[in-house]
Amino acid sequence: MIRTPLRPLARILQARARGENPDAIERENIRHRHEEMQGRARTRAEGRLLVLGLFFFCAFAVIGGRMGVLANTEPAEPRASVAGADILAQRADIVDRKGRILATNFETHSLYVQTEELIEPERTAEALAEIFPEMDKADLLAKFTGKSKFHWIRKKLSPEQKQAVHDIGEPGLHFGPRETRLYPNGRLAAHVLGGASFGREGVWAAEVIGVAGIEKYFDERLRDPAHGNQPLQLSLDLSVQAAVERVLAGGMTLLNAKGAAAILMDVQTGELIALASLPDFDPNDRPRPPTEGNPSDSPLFNRAVQGVYELGSTFKIFTVAQAMDLGLINASTVIDTRGPIRWGKHTLNDYHNYGPSLTATQVIVKSSNIGTARIAQQVGGVRQKEFLGKLGLMEPTRIEMVEAAGVNPLWPSNWSELSTMTISYGHGISTSPLHLAAAYATIANGGRKVTPTLVRQSAPQRGEQVMSEQSAARSMAMLRQVVTEGTASLAEVPGYAVGGKTGTADKPKERGGGYYEDKVIATFAGAFPAHDPRYVIVVSLDEPVETSGSEPRRTAGFTAVPVAAEIIRRVAPLMGLRPEIEPGRLTGITLASE
Amino acid sequence: MRSLFYMFTALSVIALAFWAYHENYRTQEAQARASELQREIAHTRQRLRMLRAEWAYLNRPERLRDLVELNYDRLELMPLEPYQFGKIDQVAYPRLETQPLTITDPVDVSNPDLSGMRLLPGQIKETSR
Repeated sequence: MIRTPLRPLARILQARARGENPDAIERENIRHRHEEMQGRARTRAEGRLLVLGLFFFCAFAVIGGRMGVLANTEPAEPRASVAGADILAQRADIVDRKGRILATNFETHSLYVQTEELIEPERTAEALAEIFPEMDKADLLAKFTGKSKFHWIRKKLSPEQKQAVHDIGEPGLHFGPRETRLYPNGRLAAHVLGGASFGREGVWAAEVIGVAGIEKYFDERLRDPAHGNQPLQLSLDLSVQAAVERVLAGGMTLLNAKGAAAILMDVQTGELIALASLPDFDPNDRPRPPTEGNPSDSPLFNRAVQGVYELGSTFKIFTVAQAMDLGLINASTVIDTRGPIRWGKHTLNDYHNYGPSLTATQVIVKSSNIGTARIAQQVGGVRQKEFLGKLGLMEPTRIEMVEAAGVNPLWPSNWSELSTMTISYGHGISTSPLHLAAAYATIANGGRKVTPTLVRQSAPQRGEQVMSEQSAARSMAMLRQVVTEGTASLAEVPGYAVGGKTGTADKPKERGGGYYEDKVIATFAGAFPAHDPRYVIVVSLDEPVETSGSEPRRTAGFTAVPVAAEIIRRVAPLMGLRPEIEPGRLTGITLASE
Repeated sequence: MRSLFYMFTALSVIALAFWAYHENYRTQEAQARASELQREIAHTRQRLRMLRAEWAYLNRPERLRDLVELNYDRLELMPLEPYQFGKIDQVAYPRLETQPLTITDPVDVSNPDLSGMRLLPGQIKETSR
């Protein structure tokens, strides 16, 4: 580039010759030069702006384009994450206390039809009716040729059925994947597990929801994907439950009972080791609830949890335990048992006449209604109600089954002195066998309240102290004597020192108006081993009758007790309980406190 | 010199591009393999669950009970009974193949119940402690 000098000599000399100021030339040149420089700077700046503009345009175009692409693509799972570990199953498994499966999921298929894709509707209908005997060819054909384009045919298919349907070779028949709940043990623990069915259904998947029992109670926990691979561990023991159900079913058949319930509960943790109710059902194919008749006759009815019965003399021990705890009596206090007690138009009487007086222990051992009523009179209604409330006999149990919350024990709103006396021997108050088991567990647990639970526990409960440890131990000793020399003598199982109380209560008529003469609820409630109680057992039979003798016998001592004894004999070894020689009673020593 | 530099740059760009594409393909391959493995894992898990369910089904107490009854002649299995519990001292102590003890100094005891027995010095020490 040629640079023009600011003061070109030729022009300056000319200007000087003309007498002009040569500085003007210099200034003009400077101006020219500045103009030139400005022009160059402008073009360069314009160029830069253009480049920058282009850059921004490209950047925005890229971002916009990417957004468009993202908005239009199918969503995909991130591949790098450790998928598959957590999202395993739709619903977590349920296992027993030793990890054996009680409920799991099963891959199966549903069958549906797209009618417009059907080629030979008639042949298809015929073939389907052949595979599934419950379907009618005419119905199917009407569906296939009707207006609707989509029909469900079956919700679940077995693999064989699926293959058979596949072999029809009809393009209009489609399979949808399904996950269904499977209870591999069939009827075992059916009432506890409840059952499951489909919730919202789509072609590709369906929700599995719990409909009853623990499946419904823990529905959210079981469906929560965060817990998908952690099974829900119950306190039940599969083999113990199976043995209990087996013995109970045998007993129910032999004694011609209408129904039966058995509960086996760990005293310290409150865990239910077995909970059986008969008749039962198959949760894989849960029957529909009955629309007519008495709901308690349905196999769906859980007698152990839902059945609210007057459990009779099993309640006597509560009265005596409370009286001992209050210091009103001790085991050898003599109680007046002259009867009958008349109260208004009512008469309270004993099964036999036990003579003019019995000691408190004998009242329990011989099961004297009059003696218990006299003790209850000493205790009084207010304290009795409070004590039964503390034992949990006045409110629904908090066991983890959806049915349990609605089971309210029945007791008179007006707790009169007559009520106090009848309730003392278990009449006039109705509870479920589970309530009774929890209350017995409280006595067996040294007077500490035990709340029954169906979920595996790791530590003993530290419940409220309902009665003193000493009174609880004395009550257990009385219960032991009921077995060794009283009404429950058939409950003696060598090595296991069973202690318990029988209860035979007449069934109230459904329509009111008194009690049936020949229908009873026979109950045995007890704990073993009595000197160091580990387990509580409650067996309840509905309308049993023992016909081996000359006349039918219905009392619990001949019905519920042998069944309970057989259950203990079978399950105690299964639970690893070693038979022990009972510590003998020290003779010739009387405690100063007695 | 300058042309050499240009050539080197161009070559390195080509080399880097080649490397980048190569890595890209390798990543895609690894991802495809990962997803296939993932599928395989899911499939295996599914199968495992199926097998567990089948195991539970085959081991259901009802079936085992029937099998026990069917095979009673051969197996003679009975429900567990309380008397079957044993104690560790009911089990014979394994015999030790050692030198026979040489009893040199038997001691008489005055206990009439043990009159027929001779105790060893070691045992005396044990009981008199």
